[in-house]
Amino acid sequence: MTDQTHFDSLPNGLTIHLKEIHTAPLISSWVWYKVGSRNERRPTTGVSHWVEHMQFKGTEKYPAGQLDREISRMGGVWNAMTYLDWTTYFQTLPAYAADLSLSLEADRMVNSRFDPQEVELERTVIISEREGNENQPQFLLGEAIQAAGFDQHPYQYEVIGEKEDLKTMSRDDLYGHYKRYYNPGNAVLAIAGDFETQAMLDKITEAFGAIPGTTLSDSEVPGEPPMDGERRVSIAGPGQTSYVQIAYRAPSASDLDFFSLTVLDSLLTGPSSLNMFGSGGTTNKTSRLYRALVEGEIAVSCFGALQATHDPYLYSLNLTVHPHHTPDDVLQAVDDELKKVLDSPVSSDQIARAIKQAKALFAYSSENISNQAFWLGYTEMFAEYDWFENYINHLSKVTPEDVLRTAREYLTPENRVVGFYTPEESQN
Amino acid sequence: MTKVYEDHRDALPGPDNITREVLPNGITILARSNFNNPSLTIRGYLISGSLFDPADKLGLSYLTANGLMTGTATNDFQSLYNEIESVGARLGFSAGTLSTSFSAHCLSEDLDLMLSLIADSLRSPTFPEREFNRQKMQMLTGLAIRAQDTNAMAALLFDQTVYAGHPYENPDEGFIETVQNIEREDLIHFYQRTFGPQGLTIAIVGAVEPKRAVDAIKSALGDWQNPAQESLPDLPPLAPITETVRKGISIPGKSQADIVMGCQGPDRLSPDYFPLRIGNNILGEFGMMGRLGKSVREDAGLAYYAYSSLSASLGPGAWEMIAGVNTSNIEQAIDLITDQARQFVAKPVQAEELADSKSNFLGRMPLLLESNGGVAVSLLNIERFNLGLDYFLKYPQMIESVTSDDILESSRKYLDPDKLAIAVAGP
Repeated sequence: MTDQTHFDSLPNGLTIHLKEIHTAPLISSWVWYKVGSRNERRPTTGVSHWVEHMQFKGTEKYPAGQLDREISRMGGVWNAMTYLDWTTYFQTLPAYAADLSLSLEADRMVNSRFDPQEVELERTVIISEREGNENQPQFLLGEAIQAAGFDQHPYQYEVIGEKEDLKTMSRDDLYGHYKRYYNPGNAVLAIAGDFETQAMLDKITEAFGAIPGTTLSDSEVPGEPPMDGERRVSIAGPGQTSYVQIAYRAPSASDLDFFSLTVLDSLLTGPSSLNMFGSGGTTNKTSRLYRALVEGEIAVSCFGALQATHDPYLYSLNLTVHPHHTPDDVLQAVDDELKKVLDSPVSSDQIARAIKQAKALFAYSSENISNQAFWLGYTEMFAEYDWFENYINHLSKVTPEDVLRTAREYLTPENRVVGFYTPEESQN
Repeated sequence: MTKVYEDHRDALPGPDNITREVLPNGITILARSNFNNPSLTIRGYLISGSLFDPADKLGLSYLTANGLMTGTATNDFQSLYNEIESVGARLGFSAGTLSTSFSAHCLSEDLDLMLSLIADSLRSPTFPEREFNRQKMQMLTGLAIRAQDTNAMAALLFDQTVYAGHPYENPDEGFIETVQNIEREDLIHFYQRTFGPQGLTIAIVGAVEPKRAVDAIKSALGDWQNPAQESLPDLPPLAPITETVRKGISIPGKSQADIVMGCQGPDRLSPDYFPLRIGNNILGEFGMMGRLGKSVREDAGLAYYAYSSLSASLGPGAWEMIAGVNTSNIEQAIDLITDQARQFVAKPVQAEELADSKSNFLGRMPLLLESNGGVAVSLLNIERFNLGLDYFLKYPQMIESVTSDDILESSRKYLDPDKLAIAVAGP
């Protein structure tokens, strides 16, 4: 038994991270693939997410529905997610079921059917998923912001894909994408829970060792030139409420500026939880934008979104406009508040507070096994595993000067997209 | 499939490892330690909720709960949140129909701080005028956003249909016109008559010895009294649905419609509860959303989600079948769901389905009880419904004893495919 993470790999390139945790008779097992909307183009945007759906449609060994049943019988959970840089599949199960988890992931890494009829049925399911998203004003605004935020890089597309592409994509498009990106050389297997490391390594070798692996070149993803000035998007839609999103080009997670921006985000909009599952997080009532805009009754809510990504993405400020104010009022008030962090350094005390908050949230993030296993693999998608282990350490090194420099480098009008969502009535 | 359950039996919450103490002023404390992590969860509820709301001021309970942390005798809004956020903790109050709940999460070293802030918010809120006005405007904006949310509006319309004429037909958040009627004085009065220690229940789970947790709560809340605290009003009977009632609301400009359909359900302590919990699991939960998921999503490709859920508390409950579909598929989805309901009450579930579902209920216990929050919620439910501290030890027997005939019989009492409440919200 060990508290340490064990790092390993197989000759075929499969990266392995294991962490024994013996507090409950559970394991949480995740397979991460370095593929997401970052690897997509028109007219096949959304292909990574659709492939993820097809991975639940069965293989010769495990026909559709069989695994749902087996895992549910055990009281386990399984699911998958697709995002900008990655696609991941997980199971959290009774510890004795580890063999099933390894067997099913090894199997669907190469043997999924992509039955043409199932592809067609899933097309309408995914369009339905997209239409559910379209019901939300923030989705529509976010999609427009992403499109305006990049000229070259595929981060300009929503993960779920353009509707046109969802209507026309073929089974061969999906299968080709699957065959290209799903192999041990492009995957990380991360398991936390109640097991013995050596025995688990033996099982992993047995399950995955014979699958051929290839390492993929990353050169296919185009770079993105700096922004040449502020961009604006405006969406009109149903409702009575206006929304503002201000998105700045942000550093990638492996850039040290990312940690300064994390501190800055904490000061501006409150600390963000690291948790994907279960409790955690705190409120943001003492953050600068909340005090200035929500207490100032210019907005009714605000939050920030800084995401750990492989390539430079967007840091966004999201505000719901107070009914007695306009989106322009909100933008002006945000700019007034940003001016303070652009003009002079914040105090060391404020940075120390942000770090204390981050430490507490970090502790919550290890409260359950699924979260711990999530972190074992997640950071490999945009950095190295030690990104997670050094997270607090990196934050602790941030100085007032770093915060000032980062603010001046990133939080400028020339480096942003401003988006307004306004009710259709007020457009007329 | 009770292996994992048996293996884990000693780790389950039970009389040997739950500390329960009732204070003289009526507060019940439940504590259980877990030193695997330095954090702890504090959750609780008290007997105040939207059931006390006057008809023309629906949303009053909701606003009162939101107002507890806007200012107290010793803290203003900013100083209170500064204490919490500076240590990365979280505290919030929220109103439901029958109770107002609170939930806190912190590092164990901050236990006393969090209890003092909970006590401060519960015992001496001042509902400052300016904060009240701001909260009210935030709530009105929230209601305007709700009016555009197909999911929320279908659920609201369903409640109005299935609980017609009963207090449960009202949303806890009220309506724009009822919230506009609420003044600061209403909050003060509502607070004075419904907030007090009688019936207050607190669970603390995490890195703290139970005795220490009990002593800390005694110190913070042991001397709280409110002789004016009212009891929960009696619930009137609910008129049965005599024919299928369908209601719709148009929300122009949306891409997808939401459907909520179903029937009335039992209360939590009804003998029908366990048969229907398992029945619901088979109908719309197990695996990829049970029979409904298979029919509506997997076979017809109509929806991203199609599932069912059973809600049971005190008084009447509801059994809901839910799907989100393109407008052109509404009728087909309703037909498919109705067909599934019809089949469900036509013949018993298959032995295999029943075995699968029972296995799921037992197997998922370790996962549900893995986090401090999960244990705290379970302890509160044990207290609220008087289930007994040995509930989790009796649980396998309660699950195993359910038969397919029990499920059929219980389902037929509630689910009639010709007497459904159907609510649709969409473009």
